[in-house]
Amino acid sequence: MPEPTDASPGPPLDAPAPAPPPAATPETAPEAPAPAFVKRHHWIVRLTHWVNAIVLVLMVASGLQIYRAYPRFGLRGDESVGINPLEGVDFPAWARAGGWLAGALNIHFFLMWPLVLNGLLYLAYLAWSGELRWLVFRPRDLPRAVQMQLYYLRLRKEHPPQGKHNALQKAAYCFIVALGAAAVLSGLAVWKPVQLSWLTTLFGGYEWARYWHFVTVWVFTGFLVVHVALVFLVDPASLRAMVTGWYRGRFPSEGA
Amino acid sequence: MKERETAGRRAFLVASATAGASALVSACGFRGGPLEDDLSSFSSFNDWVSARLFSSRLAREYPIRSRTPERHFPSYYIMRGGMPMLEDPASWALHVGGLVRRPRMFSQLELEALPRLTYTVKHHCVEGWTAIATWTGARFGALAGSVEPLPAARYVRFRSFDDGYSNGWDLPSAMHEQTILAYAFNDRPLGPDHGAPLRLYSPTKLGYKLTKYLFSVEFTDRRPGGYWEDQGYPWFGGV
Repeated sequence: MPEPTDASPGPPLDAPAPAPPPAATPETAPEAPAPAFVKRHHWIVRLTHWVNAIVLVLMVASGLQIYRAYPRFGLRGDESVGINPLEGVDFPAWARAGGWLAGALNIHFFLMWPLVLNGLLYLAYLAWSGELRWLVFRPRDLPRAVQMQLYYLRLRKEHPPQGKHNALQKAAYCFIVALGAAAVLSGLAVWKPVQLSWLTTLFGGYEWARYWHFVTVWVFTGFLVVHVALVFLVDPASLRAMVTGWYRGRFPSEGA
Repeated sequence: MKERETAGRRAFLVASATAGASALVSACGFRGGPLEDDLSSFSSFNDWVSARLFSSRLAREYPIRSRTPERHFPSYYIMRGGMPMLEDPASWALHVGGLVRRPRMFSQLELEALPRLTYTVKHHCVEGWTAIATWTGARFGALAGSVEPLPAARYVRFRSFDDGYSNGWDLPSAMHEQTILAYAFNDRPLGPDHGAPLRLYSPTKLGYKLTKYLFSVEFTDRRPGGYWEDQGYPWFGGV
């Protein structure tokens, strides 16, 4: 894994971004010559992204079918576990997968393998390619994240200098990887609360593990909504980049 | 590539969005379609993984004050039109046979004379609920010891008089120290709501594997099915 120190031979993060072409700024008139395509995503990143998208949608849908069998948390007769506005909610059929509990369990327990393997493949690629260092949010990214937020709130005029991803993007992607790990681990804690009792205890016991597993669904759903909205509202060209690997849009400085 | 028109890009984006949305919609209410049976048989891979994860580890025991109030402890059976009950409880006896050296019947008194175990443990239902209760029963290991299973015996079939309900277990799960044939629930004789006169119990299995209203135990070399297992629920059912 690359050295995560300031001395690492990465791009000079504090230096201005390497001469972004004029077309980089949104102010550029639409008549300006279209920027060239830049390679942005390796095929492993694109593959794991879309496998993840499909698997997660089915994981959530089968999970909602499973939740329906007992749509509340805590031991029988004990309502003290978690705050759950969705207690007793019967999710509509279109949001569920599996048809009934056994069908949903079979989908869920099948897809957990591609989900985990896909996630590991993605992380292995990041580590192998060295991209991990552009994605890891470090303490020094905190002030940069604040500057980035100020820029987005239009309280700062210039786009702060950045590497491949800005500090807010780093925070978002590290968070989502951590969320994925939390979803998988809480899921294992619910699957084998006796054999993996140490893991279940880590989540506060079976009932809490089941609760946190459910919470990860809604955090993920929130992320998904914002993620898709940003793609379409801010940078639609990034969708094509995630399909073909090539980017030609408003933020070419983010090309690799 | 450079020459692509903006219109082309727009069309591409619209197509992607449509494809994405329709993929989502077709996922909805999805049962697995033609894959439904494959998903179900993939479940045997997870059974294999579950068997590897299974160990002699003991499930946690709880203090008596943690017991779930009995009115909140669900009970179920599959028979329609009333709880399964013996017409003549006095004549009931458990038949233990199959691949064993000494097949025999066990009366209630004989079962109660076997080495017993009492524990207060958590019950995990496949539906997601949990409840805590105290169970007392004969150790399955002691029962097996007295009938002497043959080396070929690798599974155990538990049959219920609840309308043909049954379960199949692997021998290591059955021989686990906490597997009992329970005749008492919360310090009182097992009632018909919890499987009287005898129910299989273990805190290492999901509730549907814990056969109630037992009438026979059969050691076998072939993996027996089960009421819910045959309909698609995980066969191993371990927690």
